[in-house]
Amino acid sequence: MAIFDNANYDFIKWRWHAIALSALVIVAGIGYGITKGVPLGIDFSGGTIVVVKFEQPTSVDQVRAALNASMSGETVIQSYGDDANHEILIRVPQLVEEQGAALEQNALAIVNSITKANLGVFEVRSQEIVGPVIGAELQRKGIYATLASIIGITIYIGIRFRFAFAIGAIAATLHDVFITIAFLFFFGYDLSLNIVAALLTITGYSVNDTIVIFDRVRENLKNKRRDSLDTVVNLSVNQTLNRTVITAGTTFLAVLSLYLFGGEVLEGFAFTMLVGIVSGTYSTIFIAAALATVLSGKQAKARAAGTRKAS
Amino acid sequence: MSKNLRWKVLFILGVVALSVFAFYPPDQKIRLGLDLKGGVHLVMRVQTDDALRLETQTTADRLAEQLKTANILIGPVSAVNATSFTVTGVPAEQDAAFRAALTEVEVNYDRASGAGGYTFALKPNIVVQLREDTVNQALQTIERRVNELGVSEPIIARQGAADQILVQLPGVTDVNRAKEIIRSTAQLELKQVEQGPFPDEASARQAYAGNPPPDIQILPGTIEGAPGQPASTGYYAVRRVAAVTGRDLRNARPTLDENNRPAVSFSFNNEGARKFGIFTQANIGKQLAIVLDDRIQSAPVIQSRIDDEGRITGTFTNQEAQDLSLKLRSGALPASLTYLEERTVGPSLGADSIRAGVTSAIGGLLVVTLFMLFYYKLAGFNAMVSIAINLTVLLGLMAYVGANMTLPGIAGFILTIGMGVDSNVLIFERIKEELAAGKNPRQAVAAGFDRVLLTILDTHVASLIAAAFLFQFGTGIIRGFAMTLTIGLLSNVFTAYFVSRTLFELTLSRRQAAKLSI
Repeated sequence: MAIFDNANYDFIKWRWHAIALSALVIVAGIGYGITKGVPLGIDFSGGTIVVVKFEQPTSVDQVRAALNASMSGETVIQSYGDDANHEILIRVPQLVEEQGAALEQNALAIVNSITKANLGVFEVRSQEIVGPVIGAELQRKGIYATLASIIGITIYIGIRFRFAFAIGAIAATLHDVFITIAFLFFFGYDLSLNIVAALLTITGYSVNDTIVIFDRVRENLKNKRRDSLDTVVNLSVNQTLNRTVITAGTTFLAVLSLYLFGGEVLEGFAFTMLVGIVSGTYSTIFIAAALATVLSGKQAKARAAGTRKAS
Repeated sequence: MSKNLRWKVLFILGVVALSVFAFYPPDQKIRLGLDLKGGVHLVMRVQTDDALRLETQTTADRLAEQLKTANILIGPVSAVNATSFTVTGVPAEQDAAFRAALTEVEVNYDRASGAGGYTFALKPNIVVQLREDTVNQALQTIERRVNELGVSEPIIARQGAADQILVQLPGVTDVNRAKEIIRSTAQLELKQVEQGPFPDEASARQAYAGNPPPDIQILPGTIEGAPGQPASTGYYAVRRVAAVTGRDLRNARPTLDENNRPAVSFSFNNEGARKFGIFTQANIGKQLAIVLDDRIQSAPVIQSRIDDEGRITGTFTNQEAQDLSLKLRSGALPASLTYLEERTVGPSLGADSIRAGVTSAIGGLLVVTLFMLFYYKLAGFNAMVSIAINLTVLLGLMAYVGANMTLPGIAGFILTIGMGVDSNVLIFERIKEELAAGKNPRQAVAAGFDRVLLTILDTHVASLIAAAFLFQFGTGIIRGFAMTLTIGLLSNVFTAYFVSRTLFELTLSRRQAAKLSI
């Protein structure tokens, strides 16, 4: 049984369309980031999040009314997770300088206001307070880790394959990171530690996929010396198409289970992975190898010319 | 079954048995991270400037005292900032004598002469050393306090910037109490009261014509009301230099005062008892201020010489008296702490997260298994056996190295399933190609595995690079994820290549296979 029997699609033909489509999504994402600002979670921007679980059904408006008196600044109040759980998330930005008890002041004020408002029995499910110092530190570390991991992988591929391939692989990886971030923007997710962890995982995953095809290209280049690089790359993408789609499909299903059942805490993480898997598969088929051929274009032409002369 | 194959099977069974032994029973051997167990994660900054300021103030006071005894008449000795102080008005004829008196000070301080006096600045290497010592002392004090709290498997470590301390307390439910206990400086000082109490600070200063001398300090304190009346705040003028401090404590424990209210009794070590004995002997009839973190708890009149015991009374609850004795026993913090980050997970959320995580992992495994069986038939079964072994080895290794299982770690499990599938699919598709090219099953299997080995190694190294940086980046919970991912990748190389191949060989050895179910 096979999904694609003797697949022979001309993927290379579509490379410019694919690159244009990706560029469109990425530009839209960047445009969103510039106009509306990059939505940072409290991990990076600093601030306080309190998740409260009520025994009785309690509306967001009731909580807002309870907090209005005491909170200043832009307070986000939203229901959290399944409605049946009566959970409400309250987020306030970091307003005060870190002096003594000030950091936890907002969290205390939230709990006190809700207690005073008589909304019935409630429990604080989780409380996160991140000061600006740590926020800035995590921001720096997050960017550093993502870049360093991409550079590390580039070097590895550069050593194991030819340089143009390393560039192709890294372009595909960056592509996946940017596309995923764009989708996070469109769907209103804030960048958090978990999401950066998912992005880093995607860099690994995306390269994984690309390496499989490159390995096949390398092998085919040895055996089919007469064909042009374009032809060999296209052949390799087709030969590995079953594995690409099956792997992506099964991983997607597994992560989908995480998205559906993993709970609110992992929702952003799972969403990021889902988008990353789809984007990674797409970029493997359309972007990575195509870019590698474009980049080694001169080499390929020279080779093709050489073979013509010989024949 | 060939002899070779038998050894391979035995080896795999051995690895599985070892892994199961390592993590069974899981509720005891698998350590849960904070997000699953509930608890609190704190990052604090040690205000090392406090310690420098104290050092500078103490040195300045000591120098002033020393010059006074040596009859060198100078102007005020005053601290400029945390690391420097000035001496002014040194008479020219006593300059030589003054300089001679500086040997002790100049061990740690650089002297510079300026307009009308000298400035002493703490040497840069001493500053670094003092800050370092302060953070280490704070760390040790916090460790003692956390141990007294009885938290199991706490993490107390320095992290990030040099003055940050990370504290993780799994399973702590009363977060506010834990935070209070960790943070309070708990500096106990016994000082001689000069005057007071005054109703406010201004009138206390007024007693010294608005300008109290440097060796006098105005401190707030609790004045107990008449029975049934609430306590109020009053101000005392006390000697700046303490007679005895918490450093000389031997023990502290909760007790009851004569009115059966919670109090804390303490006892001194030999050195403390000697100092306290001399002090009380000399000051019978005067008031003694019991000062905790610059607030006077009580100011009893010294009735007679006291050697080694004292009691702190005040308006404590039982809990407060217990907590205070805990803090006194574990010693004072050398500097104050400020919180930079706090993450608290309630125990009910942790339990829900475990349920959600396990549900999603089982869900993922189930869908993948169904697909693999449907698509690859018997080979799919082989793949799932090797993936199950991979997960077993992963659990075993996690238990063995003591890695924490976190919610993102469960996501790591799900991704490990994905990677296992990936490697197996890669191999199977290759075997199919080889079969299509006309090879017999045995040759096809051998060629499939051989050709794909390099690819598997390449992909795994690339993913390991990403995981390594993830580990560098992460705080505890993300690290749990990176750890799971790394171990999963390593064990996947073993299971996808060695275990899967052995399973195939096993299948092929059973029937004289003319056909392969793939």
